[in-house]
Amino acid sequence: MSDFSSAFSKAFQLLISGDAALLEIIMLSLQVSLSAVLLATLIGLPLGSILAVGRFPGRTAVAAGVNALMGLPPVVVGLAVYMLLSNAGPLGVLELLYTPTALIIAQTLLVAPIIAALARQAAEDLLEEYDEQLRSLGAGKLQTISTLMWDGRYRLLTAILAGFGRAIAEVGAVMIVGGNINHVTRTMTTAIALETSKGDLALALALGIILLGIAFAVNAALMSLRGTAERAAHA
Amino acid sequence: MLDALKIQPRTGANAVLLDVRGVTYKAAGRALIDQIDLSLRPGAPTLILGPNGAGKSLLLRLMHGLLTPHSGEILWRGGANSLETRRCQAMVFQDPVMLRRSAKANIVHALKLRGVSRAEREERTMKALATAGLAHLAGSPARRMSGGEQQRLAMARALALEPEIIFLDEPTTSLDPASVKAIESLIKDTRDRGVKIVLVTHDVGQARRLGGEIVFLNKGRITETRPASAFFRKPESRAARQFLAGGIVE
Repeated sequence: MSDFSSAFSKAFQLLISGDAALLEIIMLSLQVSLSAVLLATLIGLPLGSILAVGRFPGRTAVAAGVNALMGLPPVVVGLAVYMLLSNAGPLGVLELLYTPTALIIAQTLLVAPIIAALARQAAEDLLEEYDEQLRSLGAGKLQTISTLMWDGRYRLLTAILAGFGRAIAEVGAVMIVGGNINHVTRTMTTAIALETSKGDLALALALGIILLGIAFAVNAALMSLRGTAERAAHA
Repeated sequence: MLDALKIQPRTGANAVLLDVRGVTYKAAGRALIDQIDLSLRPGAPTLILGPNGAGKSLLLRLMHGLLTPHSGEILWRGGANSLETRRCQAMVFQDPVMLRRSAKANIVHALKLRGVSRAEREERTMKALATAGLAHLAGSPARRMSGGEQQRLAMARALALEPEIIFLDEPTTSLDPASVKAIESLIKDTRDRGVKIVLVTHDVGQARRLGGEIVFLNKGRITETRPASAFFRKPESRAARQFLAGGIVE
């Protein structure tokens, strides 16, 4: 018990002193997850919109596929990206394995289906309501999509935040494709796993507190978004 | 009241605006609109009257091009009724569809979709809001407005488009009497500016107040098309007589 309390006290010391190693890990994690969410948004929003508004053969199958990918196990994504980027893989020549770029690719693949599926649902719900009005006004597909994106912006932001929550907390994929290399690919989650197994609970706890803080911040942002949307009659 | 809006008749005196020729629309193998022929000319409003389930709203959607008939054709000024020709038309739905934006932004957005220049959008929007008596609510979220205000906003949005024809699908259903009066006043002003009104209603009182030409629809078929005065004096079809007497239409 005294070990735990000493670990907590050391963890707070690390946090308060702004420990360089701790900051490096936090910054890399944020950089990787924010980049992945940005890329996933660039893929997911257009894909979700096209699935909501477009009418083409196989649309339902693609939508079902995207929905299924929402629950993709991170270790499976890690394994797939590993096989792609390893020396024997088709993209091995790029030498991206065990680099932050590999982490970004893996997290993008994990998050893009979440953003795409939630964006599709948001756009479809709005389209059901707006469809006849927009067609009456002579809106084309692109105009319809831009209208749905703007009017559904709070729900889309919610989807993006949910994606960020998934990316920052994920451990399996980044462990496989990043290798948890110190100063290179060590993120908060992989560092927690390593330090805990080594018995160095202080750093693990400090990172855990930061992760919890991020989770709370994301939830607070989601709740505040919901409140703003309701106040502006966007709900 | 509509002086502020530049709605002008752009049609020949008696040229057919919209021609419905042998149109049938089916659902689950059943004809909900059955071999309908109807010509809409500029001038007096056309009121499509009939009991619930007669196919009135369906016919309106077919005429506006929101639905495609299974057989027959609908012509706008003798040509195909396309996305392009829909831009000469406007429609107000029974339940107004309000975007999650302010009252003003709802109209601005509609004008943007119609390709109206940015400078003109602002001017037309403010005039349309003033016309509907909603200028003081320009910045209010549209979806927070009352049912009557939302329907007036939907009318204002349609009028801002400066259409040649406006389709109104039971626009006063479930509104309070004051709102009904305001909407009917807007409809009359619009008619007086030369815009063709096509109104669906099952409210006999409203049809009497607005007058014009009555198209009586029952079970997907037109049973008679006559001037309102003649129709209300002596309806020709049995279904119309039953309807006007308040009975169950067979």
